[in-house]
Amino acid sequence: MSSIKDIQDEIVSEFEILGDDKESTIYFIMELGAGLEALPEVARVEDNIIKGCQSKVWLIAEEQDGKVHYMADSNTDITKGLISLLLRVLNNRAPEEILNAKLDFVERIGMGSIIGSQRSNGFASMIKQIKLFAFAIQSNQNV
Amino acid sequence: MNFDIEKIRSLFPLLHQEVHGKPLIYFDNAATTQKPQSVLDALTGYYNHDNSNIHRGAHALADRATRYFEETRETIKDFIHAREAAEIIFTKGTTESINLVASTFGRKFIGSGDEIIISTMEHHSNIVPWQMLCEEKGAILKIIPISESGEILFEEFEKLLSPKTKLVSIVHASNALGTINPVRKIIQAAHSLGAKVLLDGAQSTSHLEVDVQELDCDFLAFSAHKLYGPTGLGVLYGKREILEAMPPFHGGGEMIKEVTFEKTTYNEIPFKFEAGTPNIADVIAFKSSLDFINGLGKKAIKAHEDELLAYANEKMGEIKGFIPVGTAPEKVSVLSFNINGMHPYDVGMMLDANGIAVRTGHHCTQPLMKRLGLEGTVRASFAVYNSKLEIDSMADNVAKIARIKNK
Repeated sequence: MSSIKDIQDEIVSEFEILGDDKESTIYFIMELGAGLEALPEVARVEDNIIKGCQSKVWLIAEEQDGKVHYMADSNTDITKGLISLLLRVLNNRAPEEILNAKLDFVERIGMGSIIGSQRSNGFASMIKQIKLFAFAIQSNQNV
Repeated sequence: MNFDIEKIRSLFPLLHQEVHGKPLIYFDNAATTQKPQSVLDALTGYYNHDNSNIHRGAHALADRATRYFEETRETIKDFIHAREAAEIIFTKGTTESINLVASTFGRKFIGSGDEIIISTMEHHSNIVPWQMLCEEKGAILKIIPISESGEILFEEFEKLLSPKTKLVSIVHASNALGTINPVRKIIQAAHSLGAKVLLDGAQSTSHLEVDVQELDCDFLAFSAHKLYGPTGLGVLYGKREILEAMPPFHGGGEMIKEVTFEKTTYNEIPFKFEAGTPNIADVIAFKSSLDFINGLGKKAIKAHEDELLAYANEKMGEIKGFIPVGTAPEKVSVLSFNINGMHPYDVGMMLDANGIAVRTGHHCTQPLMKRLGLEGTVRASFAVYNSKLEIDSMADNVAKIARIKNK
């Protein structure tokens, strides 16, 4: 499995190809969302919704062989694309690795100007929730 | 079309810019309108030449600023055909105007078991103040249902009316759907049972000729920034006898006649409701907005905007997957819609990527969205400076976006 750094570099180079073309960038993000592993219908409940996002984002996590496996979905295609970017970097890793991850691709691709300030807040909430799950699983492992 | 769009557009500096490398198309006019140069000049002119506190200074500047300030009040009086300028109260906006009525008229005239009627299509600012009042007073909030097309069911409204009804507070034109409500009929029916009527004119005053005497409404609330004027400024019109009977809103300077530690007597209307130094600069600049609207004429504005709306309906109606939301026959220039299989946020963001500014979401009308079974809509709202060419561009882009899910 590639390192967190390598995957981030890969994402940055993909976005570099798109350049300043906002429309293509958004289409690209939407397409990424289509590749997201399907979230089981039973998990699409209020309790799994991330607080602080304008659109609905469901996120669940479970431990698999000491690693954190995430599944997510959203009612908007762009948000689905955004969470798929995060999971591409962080899914199926040890909790410690997730907690220590420095997600510099967010700034490097200029996410703030792509999605605007309101969605940026929601994006930050997704990162926070991903890390909270990792922390909870790590705490369980240490018991 | 008698409208010289290019000439009108030349008066609005903000419109001449690119967004994401595309020429800006501003279709979020129901949220706020852009400001003509004359309004911007009035704002800087005030600060450059006339700035001083009004109504009390014994010097030339204060006298001048006071005169300009009160001239705006006179202009508003004419704009809504009020009997006298004293019936025009300056507030921060429509929301504060409604809250003023809830806090003062409500405090004095609404009690336990009394009823307030609103409609399903109200903006949150015409729901929450009444909920707060009802909770405090033990009064009851009744809701007029609407049809699928987004129209008030008048017979249902008549059924809700009773001698217990103290106030009907209703939107004149819906911000989310554009529906123009039959407010004249509503006011007559409410008055026949002794209820007062507040009109939320936030969306109607920029598009329609609003005559408070002809309508006979008791209150009218609206905002300057939706009328090509400055933000942070609104108006509450009220009939003199009602305003006089109401207790003051905020306590402080300006609103008093005499203050002693034992007892304070209050100033006459409108000053009784205007505590503290008001928003002088924006009030003065607002006159330029009204002059701009009056210069074009409401009739011509309505004709232009009706034409734009009809054209938009026609062009967008050709798009596979286009779902109009709110199809009342009488509408202001608001086109709310969804695209089959797509979330309004995604549509809005893709339009933004093409320089087209629309509003997406619930438009501060969550109960209305719930009634219609929607999470939200995309809303394009047109103003005097919009053109058919811009609508063509939106339709082309929406068609492209819609194809993603509607092949």
